Amino acid sequence: MPKATVNGVEVEFEPGMTVLQVAELAGEEIPRFCYHERLSIAGNCRMCLVEVKPGPPKPQASCALPAAEGNEIITNSPMVKKAREGVMEFLLINHPLDCPICDQGGECDLQDQAMGYGRDDSRYADNKRAVEEKYMGPLIKTVMTRCIQCTRCVRFITEVAGVPDIGLISRGEDVEITTYLDKSVASELSANVIDLCPVGALTSKPYAFNARPWELKKTESVDVMDALGSSIRVDSRGPAVLRVLPRLNEDINEEWISDKTRYAVDGLSRQRLDQPFLRKGGRLQPTTWAEAFELIASKVKATTPERIGVIAGDVQDAESMKAALDLFGAMGVKNLDCRQDGMALGAGPRESWLLNSTIAGIEEADVILLVGTNPRVEAPVFNARLRKRWLAGALRVGVIGEQADLTYGYDYLGAGPQTLSGLSRSKNDFVTALKGAKNPAIIVGAGALARADGAAVLAAAAAAAKSFGLTWNVLHSAAARVGGLDLGFVPGEGGKSAGEMVQKGALDVLFLLGADEIDAKGSDAFTVYLGTHGDAGAHLADVILPGAAYTEKDGIYVNTEGRVQFGYRAVFPKGQAKEDWSILRALSEGLGAKLPYDTLAQLRAKLFADHPSFGQVDYVAGPAGAASLDFGLLGAKGELSDAPFASPVKAFHLTNPIARASVTMAECAAVASGAAKIAAE
Amino acid sequence: MSVRRLSPNQPASFTFSKESLKQAQWWISKYPAGKQQSAVIPILWLVQKQEGWVSEPAIRAVAEMLGMPQIRVLEVSTFYTMFMLEPVGTHALVQVCGTTPCALRGANDLLAHCKKRLGPKDHRSADGKFYWQEVECLGACSNAPMAMINDYYYEDLTVESFDKLLDEFAAGRTPTPGSATGRQGSSPEGGPLVLIDPSLYDGSRAKPIKSLPNAPKPTKGAKEPAA
Amino acid sequence: MVGILEDKDRIFTNLYGVHDWGLEGAKARGCWNGTREMLKQTPEWICDQIKESGLRGRGGGGFPTGLKWTFMPKAQSERPHFLVVNADESEPGACKDREIIRNDPHLLIEGCLVASYAIRAHTAYIYIRGEYVHERERLEAAIKQAYEAKLIGKGNVHGWDFDLHVTHGGGAYICGDETALMESLEGKKGQPRLKPPFPAGAGIYGAPTTINNVESISVVGTILRRGADWFAGFGRPKNSGIKLMAASGHVNKPCVVEEAMSIPMRQLIEDHFGGVRGGWGNLKAVIPGGISMRMIPAEEAEVALMDFDDLAGRRSGLGTATMIVMDKDADLVRAIARASYFYKHESCGQCTPCREGTGWMWRVMERMATGEAEMKEIDLLLDVASQVEGHTICGLGDAAAWPIQGLFRHFRHEVEERITNYRIGKPHVQGATLAAAE
Repeated sequence: MPKATVNGVEVEFEPGMTVLQVAELAGEEIPRFCYHERLSIAGNCRMCLVEVKPGPPKPQASCALPAAEGNEIITNSPMVKKAREGVMEFLLINHPLDCPICDQGGECDLQDQAMGYGRDDSRYADNKRAVEEKYMGPLIKTVMTRCIQCTRCVRFITEVAGVPDIGLISRGEDVEITTYLDKSVASELSANVIDLCPVGALTSKPYAFNARPWELKKTESVDVMDALGSSIRVDSRGPAVLRVLPRLNEDINEEWISDKTRYAVDGLSRQRLDQPFLRKGGRLQPTTWAEAFELIASKVKATTPERIGVIAGDVQDAESMKAALDLFGAMGVKNLDCRQDGMALGAGPRESWLLNSTIAGIEEADVILLVGTNPRVEAPVFNARLRKRWLAGALRVGVIGEQADLTYGYDYLGAGPQTLSGLSRSKNDFVTALKGAKNPAIIVGAGALARADGAAVLAAAAAAAKSFGLTWNVLHSAAARVGGLDLGFVPGEGGKSAGEMVQKGALDVLFLLGADEIDAKGSDAFTVYLGTHGDAGAHLADVILPGAAYTEKDGIYVNTEGRVQFGYRAVFPKGQAKEDWSILRALSEGLGAKLPYDTLAQLRAKLFADHPSFGQVDYVAGPAGAASLDFGLLGAKGELSDAPFASPVKAFHLTNPIARASVTMAECAAVASGAAKIAAE
Repeated sequence: MSVRRLSPNQPASFTFSKESLKQAQWWISKYPAGKQQSAVIPILWLVQKQEGWVSEPAIRAVAEMLGMPQIRVLEVSTFYTMFMLEPVGTHALVQVCGTTPCALRGANDLLAHCKKRLGPKDHRSADGKFYWQEVECLGACSNAPMAMINDYYYEDLTVESFDKLLDEFAAGRTPTPGSATGRQGSSPEGGPLVLIDPSLYDGSRAKPIKSLPNAPKPTKGAKEPAA
Repeated sequence: MVGILEDKDRIFTNLYGVHDWGLEGAKARGCWNGTREMLKQTPEWICDQIKESGLRGRGGGGFPTGLKWTFMPKAQSERPHFLVVNADESEPGACKDREIIRNDPHLLIEGCLVASYAIRAHTAYIYIRGEYVHERERLEAAIKQAYEAKLIGKGNVHGWDFDLHVTHGGGAYICGDETALMESLEGKKGQPRLKPPFPAGAGIYGAPTTINNVESISVVGTILRRGADWFAGFGRPKNSGIKLMAASGHVNKPCVVEEAMSIPMRQLIEDHFGGVRGGWGNLKAVIPGGISMRMIPAEEAEVALMDFDDLAGRRSGLGTATMIVMDKDADLVRAIARASYFYKHESCGQCTPCREGTGWMWRVMERMATGEAEMKEIDLLLDVASQVEGHTICGLGDAAAWPIQGLFRHFRHEVEERITNYRIGKPHVQGATLAAAE
């Protein structure tokens, strides 16, 4: 490995590293604004100037300069100090002194670096520049006078998000960051520019003037807005979750999160179920836990297990599903389902419902076939990963399903099952590429599997995977789905599926465990809803048991790649609401089938014992685990319909009860559908 | 320069004329396949020639034509100062160079005259015929002071000769571009002192050269260098 | 005789546009003569000849042209090579390439062919500033003639397939920077790129690219025709050759002329430009080559030579050898304030020191020009200039700082005097007049 010295200290470095990276290896902090590890190098802020010998007798931008063998890197010389002070001064002459009213205060790179590297006085006597306000949509608040033109936002939205909506117009000291004519940024990842902005130019609109960073309690947790399980940090004050920020996790979300992950949280304090309700005279009336349990017990006792059903929702933690499974399983109930959408998975081996390539591992693929999935709306952060892979070059993507703008180029193969089943006979150029690929993968979505002919489609997809040697992947969009399938939360022998349970006359007692995505209006069963929001499930319920949202309980979630992750409680459940598992535990006594655990720890011990996969925390087997997958076990023979595959996500911002309760998400959805309308015209 | 913004008054639509479209295709053909974005500046210039300025619908039309995001075309339109983002005079766009070499030879008088005759800069004149600007160096410094009126250079100006030019334009005529004092190009006043040897122009220099000086002999046949 | 260079040694024989600019006229004057012989030589031979001629880049940088060509990959990969000619002449004072383009375009076209062959390029672009509309039309017409005569194009008489295209800018001085020019050529804002990678590694469209000034390319044909030693015979060692020079400002007969390198500045001004307005004794300062070069005072102009090394030794530079002459009536401070405005106007806005510094410097310079500034602001201004210089991505930051540094190096006392005098007779404190009246 080549060597260089940093302030006289010798370091070895990987070839290709920049001077900045080498200096960091040696433990030297290099200030920077425009440079960001995940964006292209702009080299425009000039804050990272250092002295490099041999080289010209002037400081060099360390972020852009490849280090070379024998380089003498100096970061503490008078030349460097002068350069930093100079740049800092230039950045500040036109930056407003409005830190006291700036939301970036306390987490502002400019503040920090001005302290560390700036001059102690101001020598600029002229008027400061003011920049006209801009509009970027309901999420990004702009105070463009504060902008230091680092162009991180432009590079993020262009490179990572692939939605080139932000630009730097005009020139010289008049340059301005803007969208085209104040258009709303049309990316599902747009709010990441707020994190990237090193100053207070782009701040969070919903969070504006809400809190100072040092007032917040920071809880590291896991996201449930999609099935990726992105690493998040939940910032709360008192009983309120104020914001969600991404945490670094190279395996999943790098450092991005979707706008829904970030901004659905205002939904946590709206339309909340904060006490038990009973339907009396057709109207829901407040009640007590005891009364509610009593009524449920009487209804359950009045019927037989064949006439009882349980449907688990899409954002449930594994513990509550386990508790429900134990409780109703012990009673002999076979009508269990965690697949509200009727996805034809759950019968085969575990690998059949996982994203076996893994999220990070998809970067190894060279040809990818997307079947019935639109990752851009089903898992935006994963889509960014696919785009990253595409930008790296030599990737072919083929799509069977919706012909949407995925932010990367693809071969459109066809709309539905016929294309899929005809693939092996196709002479299509993409199919040739698929045959010649070193590391091809198939990604199947709910759009292909959650339909009447889902099992047949699954078989066809598996056949294609087998014939082309594709790594098998399922991209889920429900955070609870893999956990549910891993638990075996599917109909037992002779049991009814979710779709069958909600038919008229199918059951006497229907238990909705946070299930709001299924249309149960046809059901005439006595309906118990355990959940958090006054959403679809609660509207149909005869009894409502108020549960805890994902930020209000410790819980286990298994993401689409099969990774078991722990979420943590940031705030307490609302009002009389309780953690879901403990409600079931309490109910079990009323039903006379007491669950054998009194604490979450005991529950988890049983969970790990009964289902060993849950014990392997933050572990994924990856493609190796799926190598022996027997494709013959997947799906069933059957008639393939002509209906095109359609993504289950119709409105990205409104996919779960929390998001639907969110004012911010409603606003985003309105803007997005408006934008879609304009685009269609 | 001040912040360059699109005019608040925009036409409803923009359509390329047949001629502009033909020209645009010719520009695009100059660049490698898939690099049609390279033609954005020439095509915006065609738009300006067609309409007199670059309107917002035109920016969208150019973006669509070249497969570029709209914001990228907006960036280009606002970065390059030749693009007029609001309607200009019906008869003449007067751009007087105000940079040092011209200023040293009287450009400030021309600017003052513009202000007096045409009103404030960066605006249409009251009669709508003119729009004048002070611009940066136009690269004709040995013929200073000068102005670019519509597309061509008018050089060696005085307030008097400049005023006469404006009269001509106001009357709807286009005076011959070039030096107002009759200088031949950038030759010195009074005629060239050099390039007077007649042997330069008698064709003797066209006598075929058999071999180049310093060339190795015999010369090899022309062939491509090793690929 | 006027000057040093004789008519028989002039390359640009139609500099003033007296004769036919077209193909027939150009051929009669010797252009396209022996071009086929040139392309029978190896690219290496051509590079060697240009190196031996001592030709240094005529766009102001002064980098040896032949050496630059050798940076191109020797073997051609799947990436094509490109030649790009920088005809974005936009620096105040510079007005020489325009004369080549409009009056001797075939010398440029011939040079493009030969240079492209030398760097193994089959395509060249001439990027001309947008304002040169007439010049662009002329160039397009000349290129059309060359295509029709099969001098260039596919299957041309020279045996080297070669396409030459004209492309243009939209009004941005910064596009004269080679990397900004490449961005602009690709249809983006003209914001300079970081180097490395250098154009010879990854230029336009990511392909190996050589960028040369119009004049550098236009002299190539004649150099090869008449011999590298002929060209090298003019001027001092390392500064050899002949070059277009020009004057603007306070000379009696501003014009463009071709002269031998290293000609004494005074001789150039007096022989070709009709002398300084009001006589040599009335000279105050000269900006030797485009406004970015630091000015030199009359006593240095007296002895300066028009070449790279002499002027660099005077803490200035040859630049494009297009001088701005200022006599004793000239307001130097105002002149430089206007230059500062130019740089503020032309800063691309990409990197911090230039974006913020050019505006700051201009605002202070404006106050200096009126005298309204404070004395301590002189050192502040110079400090700010030093914070810009050497800290930017491209050379525009340096170019903005140099004129100011040149002014204060030689005429600081004049600025101080102006500041002092500005306050004479003016109340120093607000309300002072009232207080005095009481």
